[in-house]
Amino acid sequence: MLGSRRRMECALDAQSLISLSLRKIHSSRTQRGGIKLHKNLLVSYVLRNARQLYLSERYAELYRRQQHYQELGVPPGCAPAAGEVPPAFSPLQLPVEPEEREASAQQPRGCGLGGVAGAALARGGGGELLEVPVCAALLPAAPQEDEPLELQPGPPQTPQPAVPSALCRDSSPSFYRGGGCASPGLLYPVPASCDFGSPAPPSAASAPAHCSSRTTVLDLDTHVVTTVENGYLHQDCCSQCPCCCQGAAGPGAPPPSPGTKRKYYPGQEDEEDGDPGGAIVGGGSPFAPCSKRARFEDFSPEPPPDSSNISNLITIFGSGFTGLVSRQQADCEQPLNGQLCGKQALASLGAWTRAIVAF
Amino acid sequence: VGCPLGEEAVDWCLYQLNGAAQFEVSEADIISTVEFNHTGELLATGDKGGRVVIFQREPESKNEPYSQGEYNVYSTFQSHEPEFDYLKSLEIEEKINKIKWLPQQNAAHSLLSTNDKTIKLWKITERDKRPEGYNLKDEEGKLKDLSTVTSLQVPVLKPMDLMVEVTPRRIFANGHTYHVNSISVNSDCETYMSADDLRINLWHLAITDRSFNIVDIKPANMEDLTEVITASEFHPHHCNLFVYSSSKGSLRLCDMRASALCDKHSKLFEEPEDPSNRSFFSEIISSVSDVKFSHSGRYMLTRDYLTVKVWDLNMETKPIETYQVHDYLRSKLCSLYENDCIFDKFECAWNGSDSVIMTGAYNNFFRMFDRNTKRDVTLEASRESSKPRAILKPRRVCVGGKRRKDDISVDSLDFTKKILHTAWHPTENIIAIAATNNLYIFQDKVNSEMH
Repeated sequence: MLGSRRRMECALDAQSLISLSLRKIHSSRTQRGGIKLHKNLLVSYVLRNARQLYLSERYAELYRRQQHYQELGVPPGCAPAAGEVPPAFSPLQLPVEPEEREASAQQPRGCGLGGVAGAALARGGGGELLEVPVCAALLPAAPQEDEPLELQPGPPQTPQPAVPSALCRDSSPSFYRGGGCASPGLLYPVPASCDFGSPAPPSAASAPAHCSSRTTVLDLDTHVVTTVENGYLHQDCCSQCPCCCQGAAGPGAPPPSPGTKRKYYPGQEDEEDGDPGGAIVGGGSPFAPCSKRARFEDFSPEPPPDSSNISNLITIFGSGFTGLVSRQQADCEQPLNGQLCGKQALASLGAWTRAIVAF
Repeated sequence: VGCPLGEEAVDWCLYQLNGAAQFEVSEADIISTVEFNHTGELLATGDKGGRVVIFQREPESKNEPYSQGEYNVYSTFQSHEPEFDYLKSLEIEEKINKIKWLPQQNAAHSLLSTNDKTIKLWKITERDKRPEGYNLKDEEGKLKDLSTVTSLQVPVLKPMDLMVEVTPRRIFANGHTYHVNSISVNSDCETYMSADDLRINLWHLAITDRSFNIVDIKPANMEDLTEVITASEFHPHHCNLFVYSSSKGSLRLCDMRASALCDKHSKLFEEPEDPSNRSFFSEIISSVSDVKFSHSGRYMLTRDYLTVKVWDLNMETKPIETYQVHDYLRSKLCSLYENDCIFDKFECAWNGSDSVIMTGAYNNFFRMFDRNTKRDVTLEASRESSKPRAILKPRRVCVGGKRRKDDISVDSLDFTKKILHTAWHPTENIIAIAATNNLYIFQDKVNSEMH
């Protein structure tokens, strides 16, 4: 069934595979005999492969949208400057290309596990971070901090006002807009009109609340949890947001209404533009094995013993996956159907990959 | 397919079947390893409950010529118990991962058994005589009333019912942080190695308080981890050589004379991946689950999820032979990933002359490949299809197209019935197949009729 197509056909789409894999990893920690390193390593490869495919297609769509906006001359604020490569995506890829390597040479590449981590493991200033967008209602109240440390997949020179956008960049909302929701502006340094969950308390939110998303960020080093704002996913918010949806009349299906299941087939991209997206990916197969080593200069002061790694990360798992694993969704505003589960799962990929590698 | 193997066709028939026919199999009874000793006289099985059962082949008897070759239970003992690592809050399973026999050096037999963490050396001795006629003790061992002792006698050894005693002679603990997946006794009969996911240790059979680490693939930063050790074995003749397989599908042959730490391999055997077969699961199905040297020491046999491969020690670039075990599963990998079957670790085995290789599959099927005739056969280990002394009928999985009677379609395969552990007698055509909690012993019909 795999044949010569580059695009892998599978009974499950990439997103489902990712959430399935994450569930496996999560359940492995409760299995008798302890965490099986071998099995989890193999699962992480599936995660990487599925994620690469997913990201490569998102990137392909993004690129097309960018081209489209360039032609349309979309007003700034909701679209990137012409030719600007969304910083969100440059390190996020996909196959590890030499030019990207130079571009983010200072940025350690999350290439542990053969590239599983990808951008999710990219480092922000100082500490290791984990972004765990989870339905707010499921989380215990957390202290708010002035400046959440965040995943910064972009190159270091990304301006800090992208604080909100940085959250958005690698967070679930920006990725899970299936097909056509909103503008690519959400993926770029975001205009002030779109607040993507500032750390400020709700009352101080200057931005229209409609764009806020509740995001929880966990600093792996200090274990400080920062939670922000509204309890629904950005996607669903933005589908109603005029500013965000400006110029959304681009290629792609209309944004799905919140809660609907939209199966994301890798093949859809083919149908739309006829090109499997290989060109976008920059010549490399989405599944090119990553031979790079991760360089985490500040990863940790000294290598922690395996046992404490496991227990630290088990703790993180527990807080990060209440939404995914638990069936008690009563408090949650959004029904966690399969689609949303996958989204949250994908967004919290960082947590998982970090957890995986540590044991 | 379906033709008997070899020029002298081998017809396999069920010789005996051990294990209860239950609808609900208790997990502890699931057989987790099977191993013949070096002469084939003894057959050991380990199970998930930490027990070891040893079968002994009855010697040929003039009175009962047809009972020659029956494997009767010789001894049963509890090898490992579940343990709890309090430091890591982890339970250590008692499941026996591997059993390896030591070459017999005296009247006693010895074997190594291991679970995830601890290796134990067991000594199996027979007692068929006991002393009688003690002066101070009576037959039951109670002290005699001295006033009744009127003369001195010399105790005499009298025959008794055979008693098999098993004692743990060595316990090799605390050598492994990760899960032990294989053990292998060196041809020098003094040392053995144990391998976990990231390290291989060399032990002396008589010394339990220390071991030498000979392979360590743990990266300085665990985030860099890309592969783990999946199996390892000493060369059957060269005591300095051993091989270990990895989750990436490669084999590394190491020479202990080259350096103390054999991280750098002497030879790396790996076959480049076929890009047209690339899938989400490529890494999983290329992981080697078992590696076995041939008896000659010239070849190695590896098993990955869909194939068995024969490698020549002199050629590192690719295997010399590749056999498809169940290629029809290639399009089902997604479902097999969902139900975790894709992680099943099948073992493989050589026959005594290295001309036939065997491995297990699903639906209680097992496969044999004749390296000379290039013919292969699929047989089934099940109560329904195995009548004692009746020849096993070859099975066929149909993958579309013409379907013959008795063919099984891929979709009706039972993936809960998997044959992971098989063993071949060192010299004769006798095979032991572990199907969940049942042990099947099949024998060449010709072989069994001769006696």
